[in-house]
Amino acid sequence: MDYRSSEALLGPEPPAGPRGEDVLPPSVSAAVKVVIVGGFGVGKTTMVGSVSEIRPLTTEETMTRAGVGIDDLAGVEGKTETTVAMDFGRISLNDRLVLYLFGTPGQERFWFLWDGLFEGALGAVVLIDTRRLEVGFDVIGRLEERAVPFVVAVNAFPDAPVHPMAELRAAMDLPDSVPMIDCDARDRGSSRDTLLTLVRYLRSLIAVPPETP
Amino acid sequence: MSEPRRRWAEGVPDRLYTVTEDRAPTTERAYVDLVTLVVARAEPEAGTRPECAAVLRMCQFPLSVAEISAYLALPVSAVTVVLAELLRNHQVETRAPIPAAELPDPELLQAVMHGLQKL
Repeated sequence: MDYRSSEALLGPEPPAGPRGEDVLPPSVSAAVKVVIVGGFGVGKTTMVGSVSEIRPLTTEETMTRAGVGIDDLAGVEGKTETTVAMDFGRISLNDRLVLYLFGTPGQERFWFLWDGLFEGALGAVVLIDTRRLEVGFDVIGRLEERAVPFVVAVNAFPDAPVHPMAELRAAMDLPDSVPMIDCDARDRGSSRDTLLTLVRYLRSLIAVPPETP
Repeated sequence: MSEPRRRWAEGVPDRLYTVTEDRAPTTERAYVDLVTLVVARAEPEAGTRPECAAVLRMCQFPLSVAEISAYLALPVSAVTVVLAELLRNHQVETRAPIPAAELPDPELLQAVMHGLQKL
């Protein structure tokens, strides 16, 4: 194949790679990740964007598992590839450590993404829209199964009904031990506080190890 | 969720096949995580395949696998194939993510908290 013509395919966009201001210092030696999970339109990318030091980027993964049960595969049996995009952002925590935030859809049909995503993740923020609690309900069950620590953040949509936290907690069958907070995903400070709530919760899990049954 | 973006021109088939050509997909994939950091240890040479050259150019400073995937507009699974080749040829080094533990290290959480508080 002709490499030059292949490279020309990359145009007319600028050369692929981070902009100067998006480059990490060479001293950065390790990365950690946190996953923000919720239904479509719940504000995952908004939250990623409000705290990220880089413009949110998109990574793709290809779904190859057969029988995932969404797309109409009639006539294309054996070819079950679907591409799913995940938005993510980055926060430099200090000169050695960087945090990546991944937003991932919560619907069951996207759970195939979770294997690589949650492996090694510090924990998750389940982002909730009070108008559509059912996605959160599914996600919470799944995270509990996988033993991923999480907090629940209720994104404040202007036209969403306001429910007392206790009512939402009961509706989602959420244990009292799991923190639940209000947030505004558009607001940097609010998104940061949501992440801090998760980290404090993770610390509390270390301080008081869960009892073994 | 965003629509997947495409940097490759439409109507150019077999792109992923090209990237992963002649690679045994399961055995040759590098064991990398989305947040494994990649740093180039070599300059692209004449004849370096374009995907490899692109990774070498963009990884002058540490860059995560997720970012490489985003900038190349290639799925992570395809990026891992490219990285496997670069690792095999000692053209990049990787900085593994903090290992998954059942409960993270208190010092790590302290560092994360301090970093977030500075935002």
